[in-house]
Amino acid sequence: MKIIVKTAVRTGFMVLVIAGFYSCKPKKATNVVQGDAASKVYVAPGKLDEVYMFASGGFSGQVAVYGIPSGRLLRQIPVFSVNPENAWGYSEETKPMLNTTKGFIPWDDSHHPVLSKTAGNDDGRWLFINANNTPRIARIDLTTFKTTEIIELPNTGGNHASPYCTENTEYVVGASRFSVPPDETEVAINTYKQNFKGVVNFIKVNKESGHMNLEFQLDVPAIDYDLARAGKGVSHGWLFFSSYNSEQANTLLEVNASQKDKDFIMAVNWKKAEEYLAQGKGVKKPANYYHNVYDESKHMATSELMKEVMTLDARALKDICYYMPCPKSPHGCDVSPTGEYIVASGKLAAMIPVFSYKKMIAAIEAKQFEGEFDGINVLKYDAVLAGEVQKPGLGPLHTEFDQNGFAYTSFFVSSEVVKWNVETREVVDRIPTYYSIGHLCVAQGDSKQPYGKYLVALNKITKDRYLPTGPELCQSAQLIDISGEKMKLLLDFPTIGEPHYAQMIQADLVTKNQRKVYKLEENKHPYFAGNEKDAKVVRKGNEVHVYITAIRSHFTPDNIEGVKVGDDVYFHVTNLEQDWDVPHGFAVKGAGNSELLVMPGETQTLKWTPKAPGVFPMYCTDFCSALHQEMQGYIRVSPAGSSTPLSFSTGNTAAAK
Amino acid sequence: MKLKTSSRLIILLCALSMGVAYFTSVWKIELEAPQYPEGLRMEIWVNSIKGDINSINNLNHYIGMQTIHVEDFPEFKILPILLGIMIIWGVLAAALNTRKALFAWVAFLILVAAVASVDFWLWEYKYGHNLDPTAAIKIPGMTYQPPLIGYKELLNFLAGSLPDTGGYFIIIPALISSGVLWIEHFLFSKKT
Repeated sequence: MKIIVKTAVRTGFMVLVIAGFYSCKPKKATNVVQGDAASKVYVAPGKLDEVYMFASGGFSGQVAVYGIPSGRLLRQIPVFSVNPENAWGYSEETKPMLNTTKGFIPWDDSHHPVLSKTAGNDDGRWLFINANNTPRIARIDLTTFKTTEIIELPNTGGNHASPYCTENTEYVVGASRFSVPPDETEVAINTYKQNFKGVVNFIKVNKESGHMNLEFQLDVPAIDYDLARAGKGVSHGWLFFSSYNSEQANTLLEVNASQKDKDFIMAVNWKKAEEYLAQGKGVKKPANYYHNVYDESKHMATSELMKEVMTLDARALKDICYYMPCPKSPHGCDVSPTGEYIVASGKLAAMIPVFSYKKMIAAIEAKQFEGEFDGINVLKYDAVLAGEVQKPGLGPLHTEFDQNGFAYTSFFVSSEVVKWNVETREVVDRIPTYYSIGHLCVAQGDSKQPYGKYLVALNKITKDRYLPTGPELCQSAQLIDISGEKMKLLLDFPTIGEPHYAQMIQADLVTKNQRKVYKLEENKHPYFAGNEKDAKVVRKGNEVHVYITAIRSHFTPDNIEGVKVGDDVYFHVTNLEQDWDVPHGFAVKGAGNSELLVMPGETQTLKWTPKAPGVFPMYCTDFCSALHQEMQGYIRVSPAGSSTPLSFSTGNTAAAK
Repeated sequence: MKLKTSSRLIILLCALSMGVAYFTSVWKIELEAPQYPEGLRMEIWVNSIKGDINSINNLNHYIGMQTIHVEDFPEFKILPILLGIMIIWGVLAAALNTRKALFAWVAFLILVAAVASVDFWLWEYKYGHNLDPTAAIKIPGMTYQPPLIGYKELLNFLAGSLPDTGGYFIIIPALISSGVLWIEHFLFSKKT
């Protein structure tokens, strides 16, 4: 009996000791959602969200549009990757949009959506986004949420520091993350230092039409340019680029590009570059790149090969570019709303340097250089530094701002968002993210007038945050309320692809310009059929052009005969509707490319090459009306060389003779 | 019998303000349905029909209603002239400065209103009853007639037929002018 009691007492003691050890374990930051988070993200049925969020799709190559604060996915805009759902990259009209000097490219890696600006504020007109892999910049028209222009960037490897725009969208820029030999020549890879070069592309944007033009390229030393922001307010006329690999390594960059204590922020005086261009200091060089433009009245894209580019050499014209030393492979390079501070986030650093524009200008005037790097003057760190944010966290990546003088920096390694005072550089609040935040986004947070109510953390890892879906899991966004003194977690929502970055804008800046239909009387498509009387089938050699109309709920014509094996059939489908939200789809059996999805008033073309004789049904794929199921027809394909005459009809019920 | 100066001024203003109907819609037919929360509008101007005519024609093909085309209505050639006569007659009534002239004008306005209502109803009857028997949707009784004025449920649509801006600029001045005539006749005639 005594034994039993003793054993029980000893066991109890041991349990207490072990429990004691466990209670010593430091508590993790709390994962509790506080208070009225649910009501803050609840957008009642029939109500609209307050803010649009445009997130890049990363490896999906697209842009996803969300409503905030609900986190509802509203639409995916196809940009660099084909999208059979609406024939982007499959219809004859959209194929030229994905044309490059490397041929037709059906995908890319899209990174940074950037809203166009007027006077330093988001104007809701266009959204630009970069393709990192096959270097391009796309422009999305926010009246239609459609990609209407894509321009290729020659002599560029990895268009990552892109497509940041200047205060009035004078330029969007694209700087090379991967320096490469110019003119796509082949050299030994280990001759990086001698033969490779970096480049900054300046794409001029037409104020009215938005049309892009590669105005000039700035040749810069061969290192990796990572992210950028334009100056604004006081610093208007400048651009700032973060960079890494000032070691100029060409292999095992993980180690070799992390050796130096400091890399650079490159400050570029683009107004000065314009002056040099005006003085004729530019040199025209041959370069091949495609410029693809979608014409919204012809409803089709054209792809034009451009043959030369104007270049300026930053090493020779010494007062365009300056390097500011910056600790440890900086990623984010963000300019405060006033334009005075440039916040650089060294992703291996344990502090955040904040540079002063005024001090930079003074240092340039006083020639406070610590030396040159590959022909570029390097300013003294202390001469340009406003101050450092001490012990903010680990692995700062990216910073955006609110309208009350606070900055919000994401920390990948310590997985948190840290709020700090821009003037005093004191940390005032921090909140954990789940997990491993990359970029973050404050609504209008890179403009002169941020809408500092919402912040979205774009997380790389989700693990246990959602129902599991096998080895491949979604990436995630987290909505954080920043309207108060303390940041509050409101909502998790999954994303499409990997949203490297997102921008948010108050909804009314975009909704006021929305287009609902394309006007039939403005349709200038060469194969347009404006009413059912114009519907016809025309043979040109072995091409058969079908001018077909769609309206609730029939196609005209819907019976077609006389097509032969060996023909290429082009269905030019015009949607005759002029009502909002009445698209028609078009599909034909055996279509090897995709279906069509044709908006009201639009014409789109599907190429179809039947391989064997038969009767092939065609039908509408978008539920359009109570009689949608009846919206169907047939195409008869006869053997090659047969004598079936070309004929077409709708509503002719007479039986064959 | 002469009119009061204030009466003449009111009549002049009433007649002239009817001119607004040249620049705005006179009558409107509104259609609302679950899938058309923003509504469809047909606007009847003195010389044209505007609004979502194509959409309405499109929808009406389900029930086999004839499509509506401006050219089918001779009224749009007559109405602008008629409105001109109404205005000029009103100005004349003020200028002639006799109760008789005022009486004649008001009587003319009432006549125009009566004829226009009958004409409008006849058109509605024609479109509402002349339905294609092979249409996809057969309406019970084969009638689908919007109301002359006010609201009515038609299948999934709530149809409203109401005066529009230009219409109010005819109706309200007409009512005021009638009131002026009434005041002149019953109040002032005893004193003189």
